[in-house]
Amino acid sequence: MPFSRVSVEDIAYFKSILSDVRVIWGDAISEDYAHDEMTEYGSFLPDALLLPHSTEEVSRVMRYCHQNSIAVTPRGAGTGLCGGCVALHGGVVLSMQEMKRLLEVDKVNMTATVEPGLLLMEFSALLEGTGLFYPPDPGEKSATVCGNIMTNAGGMRAVRYGVTKDYVLGMEIVLADGTVTELGGKVVKSSSGYNLMQLLCGSEGTLCVLTKAIVKLIPEPKANISLLVPFDSLDQCVSCVPDVLACGCEPTAVEFMEKEVIVAAESYLGKQFPDKNADAYLLVRLDGADEAVLEPRVQRVTDLLLSSGARDVLLADTDERKSGIWDARGAFLEAIKNSTPSMDECDVVVPQENVAEFVQKSRDVSREEAVRIRSFGHAGDGNLHLYVCRDALDDETWEARRAQAMNRLYSLAKTMGGHVSGEHGIGHAKIAFLEESVGETQMSLMRGIKKVFDPEGILNPGKVLN
Amino acid sequence: MDIFVCIKQVPATSKVEVDEETGALKRWGVKSKMNPYDLYALETALRLREETGGRVVVGTMGPPQAQAIIKEAYMMGADEGYLFSDKRLGGADVLATSYTLSQAIRRIGDFDLVLCGKQTTDGDTAQVGPAIAEHMGIPHAVWVSEIRPCEGGIEAEQQLQEVIETVFLPFPCLVTVEQDIHTPRLPSMKKQRETKDRKVTVFGLDVFLDTDEEHYGLSGSPTQVERIFPPDSDQMHEMITDGDLAGQLHLMLRKWKFI
Repeated sequence: MPFSRVSVEDIAYFKSILSDVRVIWGDAISEDYAHDEMTEYGSFLPDALLLPHSTEEVSRVMRYCHQNSIAVTPRGAGTGLCGGCVALHGGVVLSMQEMKRLLEVDKVNMTATVEPGLLLMEFSALLEGTGLFYPPDPGEKSATVCGNIMTNAGGMRAVRYGVTKDYVLGMEIVLADGTVTELGGKVVKSSSGYNLMQLLCGSEGTLCVLTKAIVKLIPEPKANISLLVPFDSLDQCVSCVPDVLACGCEPTAVEFMEKEVIVAAESYLGKQFPDKNADAYLLVRLDGADEAVLEPRVQRVTDLLLSSGARDVLLADTDERKSGIWDARGAFLEAIKNSTPSMDECDVVVPQENVAEFVQKSRDVSREEAVRIRSFGHAGDGNLHLYVCRDALDDETWEARRAQAMNRLYSLAKTMGGHVSGEHGIGHAKIAFLEESVGETQMSLMRGIKKVFDPEGILNPGKVLN
Repeated sequence: MDIFVCIKQVPATSKVEVDEETGALKRWGVKSKMNPYDLYALETALRLREETGGRVVVGTMGPPQAQAIIKEAYMMGADEGYLFSDKRLGGADVLATSYTLSQAIRRIGDFDLVLCGKQTTDGDTAQVGPAIAEHMGIPHAVWVSEIRPCEGGIEAEQQLQEVIETVFLPFPCLVTVEQDIHTPRLPSMKKQRETKDRKVTVFGLDVFLDTDEEHYGLSGSPTQVERIFPPDSDQMHEMITDGDLAGQLHLMLRKWKFI
């Protein structure tokens, strides 16, 4: 669908709603707004960047754009990894970064109400001292809480607590035509018609603009401990994960990491990792009400891991020890990025029983396609992050090998019953893989849903669906 | 190389409250851990043992529950551990603490090297290590960032303010190590199981060479803590938006004496 470019008259109208300083256009728009974290997926500057401060302003902008066929791309902190928040068709980028208040922490209902621009790290800092805790824990802490909702981000604690959608209780949204409506609320159960709210989680701004969210909080676990578990081989390391999950130790996170990625993180952070003698590591985190609760669980999982071929089980029980490990884990993506001029990423999720096989076969892909692939990920929930690195390849060779390697990784996931994305979303970069994975029936249903929510197709066009 | 490492149990959090009336730290209900700076000393000792052979012995002065950090040192690879626990040792300042530790080390045996962290997170004086060496009459070096074993002693690199000084210390000697000399290894559950029956030797001042109570604890402490209070925290922001940004930043850094 052809969209109108933003004209001088449009800018004047936006300024009448938002004031001069919150309407940026033309050359004044920073290049940062042309891409997300994956600059490899192209540069797309919008015609105008709008910075609303209220739902009312968002509504008026949407109504105007709807009437004038102007494409609108909602954007949080721009930390996505599949080109989800870029203005592929020009028009307006609606940046939610200045609507960032924590509106309420309700200790009785154990909920928090947030505006869309509040960052994950700001949210957890604001919850300190309340005794309450927001469990979703995506690696990118400078992402927004609501951006996480719109991509249904998962994160490392998904093994125990689930993913972002499991914590969304209510939403205030603005529809494509400017209509404002509220979904859900502070209730923990609802069997009241279609669950639109859950449909909107992960919709990547293609169905509505999220202007407020009510999220569920839980009592803060007072104690936690992390175990770093060295193995002689990645295969051995990943193979024991189903037993770890089944042993009753109730892990919060189970991550796997390879020596090469650890070494890259050391060099990126300029900080030594506490152990790098082994080829592969599992990182297991346990949460509990106090240390006494954790002790028998630590012993139980230690028994299991040592009998499954682990070289040892190393204890990270103080803040310094935990940060020595988790800081490195948090830097893996940046460290891999830093090690190569360009890369492509794959965020597949496969059933638990296939994790070891998938990782093993990804190594075959790397060898056979002669391209370096680095991986790490959430071994405990089957969500794997694989990075195909360009290194010194020339344009033509890189493009051919990248495409071949990515196709093979996605087909492999499909044959195992896996999905295209575990938590990063589809954006515009993964649409072809989504179509291939879910097939025409599901794509057709999704197109139908899009049509109902956004008949003019102005909301984040070219994302999730073509 | 036979190495003695001084370790201490400290509060596990930096957010310990201070009793306004007594000036003492409120330790009740606060979790404890090994002083993080001591972990660097222990790691250095374990690496020197791997390189040269010998043994690593750890010791701490403290209440009975301080045994926990000896057990933790076993989980990291220490060979022997001692706890110097005696009510008469309580309330010690830097002088009495360092004297107690020097007496205890002498009582345990002869060591080539005594290693300490550069300071503790609860006392922060950074004086106990050098004071032990003075009591023992042995050479010492502080702020050491690298140790190389050599004939009859060690070469140590000291991080002084603007220079790195390499010094030779003949055995026996004492060194306090800098943070990040090596990243400390993590405690091993495998070692916890292997050392579960290894004892921690506990003794008090009756077995010291000097048993005069006046030299220990509160009685042996010429200084007293008058008041402990959390430091003020100041944050200032100044935005530079126009003109020669780098030049203005330079002037500002000079004004605030950062450069």
